Amino acid sequence: MVVFDKPHALTDVPMHYCPGCTHGIVHRLVAEVIDELGIEGKTIGVAPVGCSVMCYDYFNCDMIEAAHGRAPAVATGVKRAQPDSIVFTYQGDGDLASIGMAETVHSAARNENITIIFINNAIYGMTGGQMAPTSLPGQVTQTSPYGRDVNLCGYPVKVCEMLSQLDGPEYLERVAVNNVKNVKAAKKAIKKAFQNQVEGKGFSLVEVISSCPTNWGLTPKKALEWIDEKMIPYYPLGVYKDRTAKEENK
Amino acid sequence: MAKLTFQTDKCKGCGLCVDVCPKGVLALAADKINKKGHHPVEAVNEEACIGCAFCATMCPDCIIKVTRP
Repeated sequence: MVVFDKPHALTDVPMHYCPGCTHGIVHRLVAEVIDELGIEGKTIGVAPVGCSVMCYDYFNCDMIEAAHGRAPAVATGVKRAQPDSIVFTYQGDGDLASIGMAETVHSAARNENITIIFINNAIYGMTGGQMAPTSLPGQVTQTSPYGRDVNLCGYPVKVCEMLSQLDGPEYLERVAVNNVKNVKAAKKAIKKAFQNQVEGKGFSLVEVISSCPTNWGLTPKKALEWIDEKMIPYYPLGVYKDRTAKEENK
Repeated sequence: MAKLTFQTDKCKGCGLCVDVCPKGVLALAADKINKKGHHPVEAVNEEACIGCAFCATMCPDCIIKVTRP
């Protein structure tokens, strides 16, 4: 009996991510969900700019590479042109919360029927560890060597909290992938986000707290502990909006 | 006893599987180097494996296959 095997929706291409980077775990969860829902043939993914820029090589479905930050806009176009397809974007914090903030907010406000997987690792990974909009107060990065000074650089953007104030989005949840329990919860959230789209409910975004051992300057194991110690207290996990559940409870 | 199969050449030696294993089945092979230049994971104590697949759940590169008889 096979207990665990690589999902079909993930290709055999070796991933380029650094050792211990949790991008790979999230890729696998998305691929498992695509397999379980049986939507591989009609799924179209949109790749971002950032560390996950080459995720089009890793998913076994049709993929598009969007300009920096514009993945939700591209996904909107694809979904409206081909309403039967299942469209998801896979974006990091530099892509979604920085240059692509406008596209994110407006696609949420329009309640576009797309799924967004948002990787929050509190740093710009691909460019070498500069401060991101999601970097924690006091966090040391390449461009904040004395720690992020909130008087100078402002406070981090909490994407789920911010979008939950809009009337548009259907489903917003923040999860983490730093231990087995959280990975299982993350898969449940990602599955719900895709299921919502299959059922035509609308905009679903899952924010995944992820690690960046290389740019945090930690070992892979220590980086996962750092998520528990620093990231989760600042970015509490949980469901921030679930319109269907709310209406059912009324 | 469960059986573990590794795609050794894709292993990056991050050790997340080693840390998460509740039975101490896995270790990084100090005397081996794979195609990518990392010390890959290997099962040093496979008889103790209970097939929980925690290692495969935490593996970022999806190189572990777990089967149970």
